[in-house]
Amino acid sequence: MEMFRPRKGGGASVWLSAGEATLLRTLVVPVMELLNDPARPATAPAPSESDDLFDDLEKMFNETTATAPEAPADPVLARLLPDAYQDDPESAGEFRKYTESSLREAKKYFAQTLLETLPPEGGRVKLNADQARDWLRALNDVRLMFGVRLEVTEDFEEQLATLDPKDPRVAAFEVYGWLGAVQESLVRAIAQLSSGGRPPVPPGCPPRTGLIAKTAIVSGPSEADQGRWAIY
Amino acid sequence: MSVAPAEVDLPRSADEVTPDKPWLTIVWNDPVNLMSYVTYVFEHVFGYPKPKAEKLMLDVHHKGKAVVASGTREAMERNVEVLHGYGLWATVRQDT
Repeated sequence: MEMFRPRKGGGASVWLSAGEATLLRTLVVPVMELLNDPARPATAPAPSESDDLFDDLEKMFNETTATAPEAPADPVLARLLPDAYQDDPESAGEFRKYTESSLREAKKYFAQTLLETLPPEGGRVKLNADQARDWLRALNDVRLMFGVRLEVTEDFEEQLATLDPKDPRVAAFEVYGWLGAVQESLVRAIAQLSSGGRPPVPPGCPPRTGLIAKTAIVSGPSEADQGRWAIY
Repeated sequence: MSVAPAEVDLPRSADEVTPDKPWLTIVWNDPVNLMSYVTYVFEHVFGYPKPKAEKLMLDVHHKGKAVVASGTREAMERNVEVLHGYGLWATVRQDT
């Protein structure tokens, strides 16, 4: 794959083959499906038809007194939506009660941005600054899914090296490594832009050193988050 | 005739004896998140200069966790929510 290049305004662009575009789409969809867990509806109940203030208040009251949810049972989902408090289930549950559904929606939104900006037959992807940040987060969620399922460690290359070449996990480890390279190149492209016109770092960084590679790019403080998901 | 007033033990609630310590945002090490990405998130979310963001990232990496911000409980909860949006493993706790 070609590496991401910075664009004016904080965005990034990259050329993807049809195969790479298909692969990305195939990997992002299961994350969205996980976040759509029907047992834990992400969306708030539809606004009531009635104009009765007391009905609405009663609903709000019932909502706030509902039992605080526990961390999701699926380990990938538990990693995507982690507890905010350790060793304090009550506070963790309270926090989850008020934030989990919006976090799910935000993550689905990031994934949706990636799907919508991906050319179906491959080609050049041009992202503005918001879209580039959505891609970063969507790619990270996909990598977290792989990381949990494959039980990767920081030395995932060693893990890969010890696998039997016929092991079905070999392909998954390789995809995981590729995703790391894609994300690393996107981080570099974005970070480079906020550095205020420093000379670009030569492309072609070794893709497999993504996990331990430190970017050599120096950048100043970046502008605050803006846009539709202001809090995120 | 008057008597000296008896010493009165004022009742104290647990809240009164607990010092008002700040709340902390903690980020935990994770084998998946790229070091460059974590540095970027610290720069972008907190507006930290690159050297500070990088130092915090390395603290997380080598020590297993790092305090990345402190302040009110509400502000720390908001940080954690944003960091979860970025896929970082973050928690809140009160300073001890």
